[in-house]
Amino acid sequence: MTENKGVLIYGELVSGRLSSTTTELLGCGRRLADQLKEDLCCVLASDAVGEAPGQAIAFGADRVYAVEDSALKEDQADAHVQVAEKMASEASPRIILMGQTPTGRDLAPRLAFRLKTGLSTDCIDLAIDPETKLLQQTKPVYGGNAHALFTCDIMPQIVTVRAKAMTPLEGDDSREGDVIPTTVDIDTSVIRVRIVEKIKEEVTGVKLEDAPAIVSGGRGIGGPEPFKTTLKELADVLHGAVGASRPPADNGWVPEAMHIGLTGKIVAPDIYVSVAISGASQHIAGCSGSKTMIAVNKDPDANIFREASFGVVGRYEEVLPALTKKLNELLAG
Amino acid sequence: MSEINMIVCCKQVPDPEAPPSAFKVDTAANSVTLPPDIKPVIGQYDEFALEAALRIKDKAGGKVTVLSLGNKLVRDVIKKALAVGGDELVLLEDDAFEQSDSWSTAYALATAIEKIGTYDLILCGRQSSDWDAGQVGTGIAQLLGVPAVTLARKVEIDSGKAIIEQVIPDGYQVVEVGLPAVVTVTSELGNLRYAVLRGIMAAAKKQPTVWKPSDLGLDSSQVGAAGRHTKLVRLFQPVKEAKCEIVEGDSAAEAGANLALRLRQAKIL
Repeated sequence: MTENKGVLIYGELVSGRLSSTTTELLGCGRRLADQLKEDLCCVLASDAVGEAPGQAIAFGADRVYAVEDSALKEDQADAHVQVAEKMASEASPRIILMGQTPTGRDLAPRLAFRLKTGLSTDCIDLAIDPETKLLQQTKPVYGGNAHALFTCDIMPQIVTVRAKAMTPLEGDDSREGDVIPTTVDIDTSVIRVRIVEKIKEEVTGVKLEDAPAIVSGGRGIGGPEPFKTTLKELADVLHGAVGASRPPADNGWVPEAMHIGLTGKIVAPDIYVSVAISGASQHIAGCSGSKTMIAVNKDPDANIFREASFGVVGRYEEVLPALTKKLNELLAG
Repeated sequence: MSEINMIVCCKQVPDPEAPPSAFKVDTAANSVTLPPDIKPVIGQYDEFALEAALRIKDKAGGKVTVLSLGNKLVRDVIKKALAVGGDELVLLEDDAFEQSDSWSTAYALATAIEKIGTYDLILCGRQSSDWDAGQVGTGIAQLLGVPAVTLARKVEIDSGKAIIEQVIPDGYQVVEVGLPAVVTVTSELGNLRYAVLRGIMAAAKKQPTVWKPSDLGLDSSQVGAAGRHTKLVRLFQPVKEAKCEIVEGDSAAEAGANLALRLRQAKIL
């Protein structure tokens, strides 16, 4: 049996380029590989990998396995898991990193159970134990109310990593590495889920993940309208986007694509204004990376005031229009 | 198609809606504790999975078996699954099941599902409300060799297939999968219905089936803490410094305007 060595990243592509989470994984993987004095390789599997393999090397990979196959076009986990399993056996890594993204969430447990190893999902901190060389895997548990550190002594050790928890390296086009075009025989007969249609739920304006400022509303907003008026007006002044905690999304006041939290989007804007959000740990999990958090809530004991740097206690219907108006004056002047 | 047999996996967990200040870590026992007045509940995502099963039963008929793994399960808590319309309750309950991880949980559940024998659809919450791992549903599918669809917001059965609305980034997709299959359910499916009095009374009369590892043909090395693939080294609560500056004013509106001034002054905007 070969010894397990090195770090392998199962990367993701967005329109022929590396996803931002994949660059974060490469930054983290590079650090772990350097600590181990071993290689960092990256698997990129898609119907067309485009310029992504070169990008992966610029962001830290020593070796890229480029798998192009038309069976990967639809992002089916039953297809990707075959690639991941084959590459895990060929590259025989010590550690496999994936993103805690819709793809990674779906793929990682399939892979871990096939390889009969352990998996920690949604990790926010990873380190190598210098003595055992095992990966120390820290993830929030109990909705973020506690953190747990896990290890796994079965190889490979597999983890998914929360978006924005790791920092990518500066892309360096002079970095050298090998791109290895690789063929995996994908058995399409085991793809048992058929995609009938995809429906986009339009969210207009600035994309949440890219927004420099986010104004987010919670259960206390009371209905769909204020997301389009009171909150939107403040977001517009900040050139930002409107988001929500889970209750507005579950109640259908806003589309799920606007949900920020443990089971929604993870964001890290410069400014995060939370409005009528109590501050459950599950919501904080999605926005704790924000540079400055501002809270508006009528309940002075709301947990959100434990998270925010600035706060106003009061009804948002009164606070927000005045805040928006004043900011308009200040930012215009 | 004949009657649809559904199995819903439900886990008893500490109430995730409890205020954050209620959660404490017992470092000696490496466990999270809550005050005794905060009662455990069925995991919120598992409740959505149960609701998905009950909606299918409403429409097409069928049988809903609720399966739960743990130890010293509170009967009033777990019997809620019967009170709202579940038909049978199977508990994998034993000291040996304590401190299971995703692997040993999925392994025992998959073994129990094989023992139950007849199943068309297995429904699980997208993740548990305590360890938030999100592995068990997909893991059961791998162990049983059946397909899995994650993050369902709607599940229907039509001509022997499951038609599922699956949440994807910026929308959803409609997928179709043959049965049997595992489906994991997310919050947008909708809340679990309330129990009606008749249901509560019927549930009170029903006795759950209780299986121990030996009833599943498993030995103690395959379950609970001994069957884990991951090791919990340490549980802790990150230290938070409360440092919120409350901006005030004579009215809420004035406080809002003052906040704008303060943010400007602090060069945040």
